[in-house]
Amino acid sequence: MKQLLVFIRKEFFHVFRDRRTLLIMFGLPVVQIVLFGFALTNEVKNIEIIISDNARDINSQQITNKIKASAYFKVQESVLNYKDIEKAFRKGDVKCALIFPAHFGDDLFHAGKTRVQIITDGSDPNIAKTVVNYLTAIIGDYQQQIAPSPTLAYRIIPESRMLYNEEGNGSLNFIPGVMALVLMIVCTTLTSVAVVKEKELGTMEVLLVSPFKPVFVLIAKAVPYLLLSMINVILILLLAVYLLDVEIKGSVLLLFLESVLFILTCLSLGLLISNVTDSQQTAMLISMMGMMLPTLIFTGFLFPLENMPKVFQIISNVIPARWYFIITKAVMLKGLGFAYVWKETLVLTGMTIALLGIALKNFKIRLQ
Amino acid sequence: MNAVTLQNISKSYQDVKAVRDVSFEVKKGELFGLIGADGAGKTSIFRILTTVLLADEGVATVAGFDVVKDYKAIRDRIGYMPGKFSLYQDLTIRENLEFFATIFGTTIDDNYELIKDIYDQIKPFSDRRAGKLSGGMKQKLALCCALIHKPEVLLLDEPTTGVDVVSRKEFWAMLKSLKEKGITILVSTPYMDEANLCERIALIQNGRIMGVDTPENIIRAFPAKLYAAKSDNIYKLLNDFRAAQAVDSCYAFGEFLHVTTKGNREAGSSELRDLAIERGHTHVVIQEITPGIEDSFIRLMNEKSEASAHQ
Repeated sequence: MKQLLVFIRKEFFHVFRDRRTLLIMFGLPVVQIVLFGFALTNEVKNIEIIISDNARDINSQQITNKIKASAYFKVQESVLNYKDIEKAFRKGDVKCALIFPAHFGDDLFHAGKTRVQIITDGSDPNIAKTVVNYLTAIIGDYQQQIAPSPTLAYRIIPESRMLYNEEGNGSLNFIPGVMALVLMIVCTTLTSVAVVKEKELGTMEVLLVSPFKPVFVLIAKAVPYLLLSMINVILILLLAVYLLDVEIKGSVLLLFLESVLFILTCLSLGLLISNVTDSQQTAMLISMMGMMLPTLIFTGFLFPLENMPKVFQIISNVIPARWYFIITKAVMLKGLGFAYVWKETLVLTGMTIALLGIALKNFKIRLQ
Repeated sequence: MNAVTLQNISKSYQDVKAVRDVSFEVKKGELFGLIGADGAGKTSIFRILTTVLLADEGVATVAGFDVVKDYKAIRDRIGYMPGKFSLYQDLTIRENLEFFATIFGTTIDDNYELIKDIYDQIKPFSDRRAGKLSGGMKQKLALCCALIHKPEVLLLDEPTTGVDVVSRKEFWAMLKSLKEKGITILVSTPYMDEANLCERIALIQNGRIMGVDTPENIIRAFPAKLYAAKSDNIYKLLNDFRAAQAVDSCYAFGEFLHVTTKGNREAGSSELRDLAIERGHTHVVIQEITPGIEDSFIRLMNEKSEASAHQ
């Protein structure tokens, strides 16, 4: 036991004395968060909007004027039908359309409620969602203005629809996505490189020839990265909350525990990679290229999975980050509890056990 | 009792036969040298003995244990310094030593006596990181790390490669004193001059053992008179001698040529001189010399290759 502790302490020395490792470890998440945070900004201005007014009554005009007055929109008024609107969307300069039905004002005053339709371009889900929020706010504002009394409210129901990306996947998704990506890179790459380094240096040969249990080598290698990655998760969450004003809606503890589970998955994967490679470059390449690309593509973090061909959707199931992404999104953004993510947790646990089992079993007590 | 035995050990990597039918024994308490050029198969033999590589054929034991069945027992009892062993560059001398002591289930204090002589030399730098040490100091530290658990058998794979002459001398002096403490040492080296410092040596070439004996006996077994020859045009002399009927072997050795004659003639010296002058050489020097290990090695090597060519 003492041997293991001394070994783990040695691993910490390695990490803390290697500036590059530290930089990757803690620089990467900060850069990623800031980069994604400000590149995928939710602030929108001067959005081209088509207002198709089929009612042409005082109420629809008043709402149109309110929209015109706001700095967010540039209004094109027209009486286009649905097909023409879609054509305008395809051209790409129009991101949004607001459609008043005929008898808009009549319905509002006689039936007490009416509807408007908001159509947005879902290929840029961040903008689409923001636009819907702005329009809903403007309409809500107008609704209050014309209400004669709080008890007798007139209701305007906005019906929003996204073209091209019905799920509206994307907004705020990047925090869970970055978490998955960073943990994947840090844990998998750094662990695999750490083990392979011993092979390259020739110290692995000595460790094998020692009475030290070979399996402990793997455990000792993984422990520092487990602890540091846990700190990393906290760092990312702090950045998200205080720098990017993301609200963590669910239990922070649950989020943290799920992250630890995912870290373990990544560590197992890293150890597995280190078993089958002999040089730091190969280990780096496999874990960077082999892991990062699938993580980027198949988690649904950059590209919505729903829009992918069936084959890719099936492939995405074997990517651990995909499950972690679903869990974090549910806990962090939707505020759901464990009861909603137990299935994903189970899948991740299964993957971890399988990967770790293979890694430990494949660990060679001899060279070649 | 033998500390190390190898019987008909063979090992191939894909098409390359690294070790071919190797057998030899190292007696308990002996300082035994495995001498051969790079790529001769020395490291493979070491890895088989240290249980990290499995031989294709043959049986080997270390400290009385079988390298395949009882590999765990062997791992407790040997000290090993691999050829490319370079320690943890980012740990200090002391941290390296402490780490290896703990891994082998001991402490520096327990076996300090054993490493004292060596460790004292690097102790002033004990807070320096291993990556910043000179080659000689690194080897001393590596030796300390291999010795820290008081092994029965010490296996050193090319410990002096890439180390300066003074450090090499010191290193061999250390091995001598360790031997006196009763530790069996198997050491490999590509340097022929180090062979004389071993009690017994095995010459290895292309994975085959060409001879096992004391350095003196190997030199004594040199079957012919050896001459050193020199003239103003040494390259022409080499070609002339090689073309001559009377000459058995001729190769460059430092500033001289080493020459043996066919049938080991009594008057070899004067015959060679006449031959050289006849071919127009000036300032001819021919003298009889005692052969060294390298001469024996080259001779054994040529004999082997001729033998395999005739097969």
